[in-house]
Amino acid sequence: MILSVQHRTTYRYDRPVRGVVQSHRLTPSVFDGQRTLGWQVGLSEGIRGGGFRDGAGDWVQGWSVRGPVGEIVVLVQGTVETADLSGVLRGHREAIPPEAYLRETATTRADRALAELGLEAAAGLADALAAAHRMCEAVAGAIVWRPGATQAATTAAEALARGEGVCQDHAHALIAVARSRGVPARYVTGYLFAAPGEGPQEAAHAWAELWVQGLGWVGFDPANRCCPDARYIRIGSGLDARGAAPIRGIARGNGAEHLDVDVAVQAVQQ
Amino acid sequence: MTFFNEMYHDGEVRPPYARLEGWTRAMPAELRQMKQAEAEALFRRIGITFAVYGEGGDPDRLIPFDMFPRVFTQDEWRRLERGIKQRARALNAFLVDVYGRGEIVRAGRIPGQLVYRNAAYEAAMAGFVPPRGVFSHIVGIDIVRTGPNDFFVLEDNCRTPSGVSYMLENREIMMRMFPALFRENRIEPVDSYPERLRRTLASVAPAKCAGEPTVVILTPGHFNSAYYEHSFLADLMGVELVEGQDLFVEGEFVFMRTTEGPKRVDVIYRRIDDGFLDPLCFRPESMLGVPGLMDVYRSGGVTLASAPGAGVADDKAVYVYVPEMVRFYLGEEPILPNVPTWQCGQREDLAHVLEHLPELVVKEVHGSGGYGMLVGPRASAAEIAAFRDRILADPDSYIAQPTLALSTVPTFVAEGLAPRHVDLRPYCLVGERVELVPGGLTRVALREGSLVVNSSQGGGVKDTWVLAE
Amino acid sequence: MLSRTADNLYWIARYVERAETAARLLEVGARIALLPSAGQGYRNEWESILQASGTAAGFARKYGDPVQRNIESYLFFDRDNPSSVAACIGRARENGRIVRTALTAQMWDALNTAFQEMRALERRPRSEMELSQLTEWTMRHAAMLRGAIEATLLRNDGYDFLNIGFALERADNTARLMDVKYYVLLPRVEFVGSGLDNYQWTTLLRAMGAHRAFHWAYRGEVTAAKIAHFLILNRQCPRALITCAEAASQHLDRLAAAYGMRGAVQDRAARLVADISRLTVEQVFEEGLHEYLSRFIGEIAALASLVDDSYLSGDIW
Repeated sequence: MILSVQHRTTYRYDRPVRGVVQSHRLTPSVFDGQRTLGWQVGLSEGIRGGGFRDGAGDWVQGWSVRGPVGEIVVLVQGTVETADLSGVLRGHREAIPPEAYLRETATTRADRALAELGLEAAAGLADALAAAHRMCEAVAGAIVWRPGATQAATTAAEALARGEGVCQDHAHALIAVARSRGVPARYVTGYLFAAPGEGPQEAAHAWAELWVQGLGWVGFDPANRCCPDARYIRIGSGLDARGAAPIRGIARGNGAEHLDVDVAVQAVQQ
Repeated sequence: MTFFNEMYHDGEVRPPYARLEGWTRAMPAELRQMKQAEAEALFRRIGITFAVYGEGGDPDRLIPFDMFPRVFTQDEWRRLERGIKQRARALNAFLVDVYGRGEIVRAGRIPGQLVYRNAAYEAAMAGFVPPRGVFSHIVGIDIVRTGPNDFFVLEDNCRTPSGVSYMLENREIMMRMFPALFRENRIEPVDSYPERLRRTLASVAPAKCAGEPTVVILTPGHFNSAYYEHSFLADLMGVELVEGQDLFVEGEFVFMRTTEGPKRVDVIYRRIDDGFLDPLCFRPESMLGVPGLMDVYRSGGVTLASAPGAGVADDKAVYVYVPEMVRFYLGEEPILPNVPTWQCGQREDLAHVLEHLPELVVKEVHGSGGYGMLVGPRASAAEIAAFRDRILADPDSYIAQPTLALSTVPTFVAEGLAPRHVDLRPYCLVGERVELVPGGLTRVALREGSLVVNSSQGGGVKDTWVLAE
Repeated sequence: MLSRTADNLYWIARYVERAETAARLLEVGARIALLPSAGQGYRNEWESILQASGTAAGFARKYGDPVQRNIESYLFFDRDNPSSVAACIGRARENGRIVRTALTAQMWDALNTAFQEMRALERRPRSEMELSQLTEWTMRHAAMLRGAIEATLLRNDGYDFLNIGFALERADNTARLMDVKYYVLLPRVEFVGSGLDNYQWTTLLRAMGAHRAFHWAYRGEVTAAKIAHFLILNRQCPRALITCAEAASQHLDRLAAAYGMRGAVQDRAARLVADISRLTVEQVFEEGLHEYLSRFIGEIAALASLVDDSYLSGDIW
C-alpha cells in the first residue's frame, strides 16, 4: 500500500513566549515493512538542531524557535510504501536489548488485576507467539474503546479498572500484562489508515510490540484486535507513551498553551 | 579484631612516618591547639563548609580537618596508581560495551538483568559512543587498607565523585601552617589537579567543536551542599560555573548567557544528576537542567562529563563484577582486589548473610553516604532483626561484606594522638590520557572505634602524602 | 561574564546600599521623634518613615500601630521585611556566596563579617542596644565593603556592575528620602519655612551624613532651595541625584567600551545626565519637588530595567 500522511500540530500561547525547544520523533522507522517515498518535517520559524538515530532505532531531531512567538506549527507531510509483515519488525536496527524493556514505568506498572489478566490469558502456553496473541485479545476484551474516557496520564491499571479507554490505554495495558509475564514489551507510535466506518478512527495511532523469541519484536494492536499490517506506518517506540512521545517540547514563558492536532492518512491510488 | 596501624607497626615506626614522629614530639599541646584553631580559621575564611544532607543545623559547618597527615611511600603509591588506572579503564570499557553491543553480557560474564534492568541504565544512551569512548571522566575509587600490603577497593564512583576540593585545600593549609614539614619530607605535589582536569575535559570536546573548547561546570545551585567545591574548581580551572538557567539550546549547540551575548559551550562538567539534565529527555518537571541538551549531546554538539548512564558501572550490585571486567576487556588480572561481597539477591549468598548478620556490613545497593547500612558488630539485636526484615522484603537491593579491619592513622584528639580508622579516595582522570595526581582524600572516622568515615556521619579529613623517592 | 554573575554583583551593591538607607531612615525617625513638638497636628512621623521605605502595609499587617520600638525591629531585624537591614545584609551575602570567586578575599570578608555579626546582634537582647549603635554598625559595614571594592577589585566589568548597582540604588534612595521630608512629613503648606521645617531639613541632612558638608558648601540659613540644590544638582555631594546619575552613566560607558557594544541603556543614561545638568532649582520647585522626585524615581526604574534587559537577564540576541 502507498499511504500519504498530513499531520499538523499547532501550539498557541496566551502570551508570546521567549523561546521554544522541541525534540521530534516524527520520521518513519526503517525496516522491511515500509519504504519512505518522501517525508518532510517542518517547524514554523524553527531552527533545525542536531539529529541522530537513537538506541531504539528512531530518528530524533532537535528544533528551537527564537521568541517572542505566539504560535508555532509542526507540519509533517510524506508518503510511505508499506507491506504486511503480520506485525513482525523485520530488518530493524537497534541498540537497546529486549531485556531493557522489562523495566516498569508509572503508567505501565502491573497491578494485581493486570497480572491476573496476563495469567488467565497465557498461563501454561509454551508457544510464545500464541501467548502474545492471547494477551492482546484479553486486553482488547477487557478495555472497550471509548474516546474521552481517559486522559494522557491515565495508567494501565486505572484503564483496566474503568474498562474503557483509547489506543494509548490499550497499549499500556498490553505492555503491563506482557512484562508481568516476563515478556519484554514497548509502546509504539505511528499512523493508521482506516477506511470510513471501519473500526476506531485514530489516524495518529499507538500500539504495542512484544518480544517473541525466534521472531524478534512483533506488533500487537489491541484497539483493533490485530497485528499491524500494510495500513500502519511505524514511527517510534519507548517504554511507555511518554517515552515514545513524537513531540516533546518546552516553551520559555508563562502563557498558557493551547494545542490543536489535525491528522489525515490516505491511501494513494496506484 | 586487630587493626593495622599505618605509623606504628610491630613496635616500630614505619619508615614513611619516621619524620612525623619527631614533629609531633616537638609539638606541645598549646601549640597544637593554636595550630588547630588557625587551621579552622583558614578554612572558614576561604569558605570551605559542608552542609549535611537532611540534618538541618548550621549550613556553614566545617568538615573537621585533622592536621596529622596520612603518608604513602612511592612504592605503595605506584601499585595503587596502576590498580586505579586499570580499574578506571575497565569501567569505561564496560560502559562503552553495555551501551553498544553488550559483549560482556552475551559472553555470560555478567547477568544482563543486572545491567539492563538497573535503574542507572539510561536507554537514552544506547547506541552512542561519547568522544574518545569515555563515559566516566573522573573516577573516584574508594580504597581501604587492612595490612602493609593489603589494599581493597570498597566502591567505585563513576558519576560525579565529590571531595577533591578538600584534597587540594588540606594540602594548601598544611603547607601554610607547617612549611618546615614540607622541607624535611619530599612530598609529591597535588596542585596540578585543576589544570589536569581542565585538560582532560578539553580533550573530550565534541566532533563539531573547532578550536579551543569552552568548558563549563554545571551546578545545581548554591543551595547544594557541594556548591563550594563547584565554585572552587571552576575558579582554579578558569572556567565559568553555570546553572541550568544560564544555558540554552539553539540549533545544534548549547550556549551560555553572558553580558556580551550568547557564547557557545563545548564541554559541560555537570555536577547534577542524570534525571535533572534535560526535562525533554528525563524528569519533565526538572528546572535544574537545559531543555534540548540531550539532542545536542547525542548529535555531537556538546560533551557531557560524566556521560548520562555512567552510574550503571558503579552500582553496588555491579561492583562484584568489576574484576571480571578487568579480565574481559583488558585481559589482565586485577591489581587491586574487591572486598569479598555476598549478593543477597542470590539464594546461597542470602542464606549466608542472614546467618552471619552480626559479623557483616550490609549495604543498600543504591544507597550512598553511609545511609541505609548495617554495621553488624556495632548493631543491637533489635537493629539486626529490623534490618533482616528489610533484606527479606527486597533481597536484590542488598549486598553484604565482611566487617573490614580498616587501617588506622594517628589522629589528634583531646588527649593527644590516638589511632583512628581511615579510607582513601583518589581521583582518576580519563580523557586523552588516564592519569591521577599523587594523593587523594583521606577520610578519617573521628569517633573512637568507628569504622564509618563519611563526612555526613562524623568523619573528618586528612592531608594525604605520597613521598618522592 | 555570565549574565547571572553580573546580576549577583549588581544586587550585592543594591542590597548593601538599601541596608544603609534603612538605617538612615531609622536615624531620621529617631531624631525627629526627639523634637518636643513632634506629633502635633499631623500624622505620626514614624508612619511617614514606613511610607518612605515602602514598607507601611507590611508593618501594619504585622504590628498595627507604629510604635518606635516595633518600627526599629521591623526596619532593622525583621526578615519578613525585605527592605530591613538584616534582610538586605543576608541577601547581599547570599549573592556574594553565589559568586564567591568573582569577589576578592577582602570583599568576601566584608560581606561575611557583616553577616556573621548580624547573626550575633540578633541573638543579643534588644535592651542592650541603642538605635544609634545599630545605624552606625550598618554604615560601618557598608563602608568596609566599598573600601574593599575600591582597594582590591580589578577594574573589570564586575567592578562596573557593582558600581551601577550602587549608583542606581543610591539615586533612588536619595530621591525617596527627600520625598519623605517634603511630601510625607509635611503635607500641610503652612509649615513650609517654619522653624520646624528647617529642623526637619537639617535632620534629613544629618541622616545622609551630609550635614557638615552642606554648611561648608552653602553657609548661612538652611533653606529648602539650598538643600534641594545640594541633594539634586551639586556634584560635590556624594548622594546628589546628579552624582549618582553620572556615576551610573560612566560605568555604563565603560561597559560599552569594554564590550565594543553601545545600546539603548547608554543613551538613556546619557539623556538623564544631560537633563539634570540643564536643570535649575527654580525649575524643580516650579514642577513641584514631589512631582519632580516621582518622575526621577521613574527614570531610575526605567534605566534599571534597561540594565536588566541589556546585561543581566541574558535574553539578548
